[in-house]
Amino acid sequence: MFTTCDITGFKVDKRVLPLIKANAVVSVVALLLAVVAAMLVLFTRWQVVHLLPVDWYYRILTLHGVVALVVWIVFWEMAGLLFGSTVVLNARMVTPWLAWVAFVMMVIGTALVAFAVLTGKADVLFTSYAPLRADPLYYLGIILFAVGALIVIGIFFANIIVAKKEKTYGDGPLPLFTFGLLTAAILGVGTLLPGAVIYVPTFLWSLGLIDSVNTIVYRLIFWGFGHSAQQVNVAAMISVWYLGAFLTVGGTSINEKVSRIAFLFYMIGINLASAHHLLVDPIPSPSWKVLNTSYFMYLAVLASMIHAFAVPSAVEVAQRRRGYTKGLFDWLKNCPWGNPAFVAVFLAIIIFGFIGGVTGVINGAEQANMIIHNTIAVPGHFKGTVVGGTTLTFMGATYYLIPLIFRKKISMFGLAKAVPWLFAGGVVILSAGMSTLGYLGVPRRHWDITFGGGPFTYSFPAITDLFWVVAVVGGVIAFLGVLAWVLVVVVSVFFGTPVRGKQDMQLTLSDMPPAEEHHTGFVAPGTFALTIIFMIAFLIFTTLNWGWLSVMWEVK
Amino acid sequence: MALVSPEKGWFQKKVAKDEKMWITFATIVALALFAIMVLWHVVGKQNPSYTVYSTSPDEFYKMAQANWKQYKVGEESGIPVVKPAPDGDVYVIGTTWSWEPVIILKKGAKYRFHVSSMDLLHGFSLQPMNMNFLIHPGYDYVLTFKPTYSGDFRLICNEYCGPGHHTMIGKIVVED
Repeated sequence: MFTTCDITGFKVDKRVLPLIKANAVVSVVALLLAVVAAMLVLFTRWQVVHLLPVDWYYRILTLHGVVALVVWIVFWEMAGLLFGSTVVLNARMVTPWLAWVAFVMMVIGTALVAFAVLTGKADVLFTSYAPLRADPLYYLGIILFAVGALIVIGIFFANIIVAKKEKTYGDGPLPLFTFGLLTAAILGVGTLLPGAVIYVPTFLWSLGLIDSVNTIVYRLIFWGFGHSAQQVNVAAMISVWYLGAFLTVGGTSINEKVSRIAFLFYMIGINLASAHHLLVDPIPSPSWKVLNTSYFMYLAVLASMIHAFAVPSAVEVAQRRRGYTKGLFDWLKNCPWGNPAFVAVFLAIIIFGFIGGVTGVINGAEQANMIIHNTIAVPGHFKGTVVGGTTLTFMGATYYLIPLIFRKKISMFGLAKAVPWLFAGGVVILSAGMSTLGYLGVPRRHWDITFGGGPFTYSFPAITDLFWVVAVVGGVIAFLGVLAWVLVVVVSVFFGTPVRGKQDMQLTLSDMPPAEEHHTGFVAPGTFALTIIFMIAFLIFTTLNWGWLSVMWEVK
Repeated sequence: MALVSPEKGWFQKKVAKDEKMWITFATIVALALFAIMVLWHVVGKQNPSYTVYSTSPDEFYKMAQANWKQYKVGEESGIPVVKPAPDGDVYVIGTTWSWEPVIILKKGAKYRFHVSSMDLLHGFSLQPMNMNFLIHPGYDYVLTFKPTYSGDFRLICNEYCGPGHHTMIGKIVVED
């Protein structure tokens, strides 16, 4: 049943490998589909080309949202959960057959959703806000997918319990990577339950068995699912960051207690932050809004800031012990920049922090939210979180998956190295373009922003024309980045040279750095400087937002 | 170490000075951001409304008709034009895919906007001010605006409401 990996020395359950591979392959196909849809959407929104007719635009936009935000990421996470609960714990896979059942359910669920959307039966966009109604097949597909994912999460817990009992990873607590995944899995349960609570009645309503669904209740519970799902991604992404720091430079959290408490903060606070979607809705009171979106949300924000220090400082300390101690940034200069997985993690941290994090906290502020609510700045924000953060991180980590799980060398390594730079660069430009357009008032989800056919006309400020070009250029670059990545992955997996041992690893598998000598002063001064720069940028942007807000019409 | 259990005594290990400073700093900033939101309710003049009444599309439609009848000054593109009294009430209806009525306001006066939807969710987006709210059917959302700029404004829908979504545009004029 077990084989020993000749590269890492892990005891690997042979039954888990095909499961990891199957989930990973589906996720790659999903990402390809998602970015093709993204291009169609982008070139429709850019009025100069205005590619798709109106019905197909909303159809493809729905498909893009579901496939990019859910299918690609969740399948990848399923592979990650199976990997993190077996391979890295030297543990056995508890019920492989059940994981296959879950996998098939998720594939069928995806197919049902795609079928409903592409046949024009579910032009409801990702949020499917009631009373906008889709075909029952659409809701059924999502329910099947969610139940499948819930089963895999259950198997993840079972694997960990068995590993703990059989002491396959020693006596101590879970390794940090798996601990982070455990956080993601617990958040996953907290996400999928609201999903069931809202999609089951909506499904019954679409069948005509229930009269109506309250729109505010729908939005409240939907976001308990929709936003929390992205918090699962955050926890999973940060686990991969810790793993990346360890694999690429032998970096370990400088204080595991701090890192673990930060994950604990996610478990407590992060799902409540979903309430920020209702900041400009009628009904919830200011105290409810402020309590949920700042008092509790900041517990999660604080956790992210802790990780923002813990991950880079892990790298810095390891590098300093190797002797890169000159000045503030000698350690950074001498990082393995030829390792695309390291580059992906590094760029993801920067993008997630400076773009996703900054805009996220401001968008979550009760009053500042009025400026960007439902403008294109919102998708601009998640280009900085789930795209520049999670997707980039997972793309980079796949480069370890190929030699270690698929046992193939990475083909076209030069191109593989260019991917994170290309993709990250594109996403930054795209996000900057979209966010600025949003601040200029351009709505999200709009087929025609010239309002053709309406009783009045309106032209957004002329400068928007320029920022559309920025968004399109960024989008195309990011698209090419994903195409290059898919090419590398497919060619490597299906036509690559087999890996026969450690000598075939093109990516660094770092040894542990030498032990620490006596230390005085700051442990990670370079990281400290970087985080201070981040904080200054954050405070400037916050001030700007409150400044903008203060010159608007008065409203209460 | 991300892939193995932490070493013995990991829970007792002291937090490094710089990490401690960063966490303290981040905590202070988080508390300050929290305080700003509360403070803005006291000193700031832009806060999302929390006055809301339960209604039904039929009932709201009747109230809107009565209100428009009182203040109607004309018609534009088949849409009634109303000029509510300064510091008065004005009813706004979002229907798939139109906003009614056209509204004429006076700069510096306060108006209680009653906004509701007849069917789906709609986004109430005032341009070029870029102030954005969400409108539900069955709820009379009361937004008390004080226009501080005069000029020609547009009301666009920014919540997807079907294929004619992009034609849902209304007009507000603010006179000096």
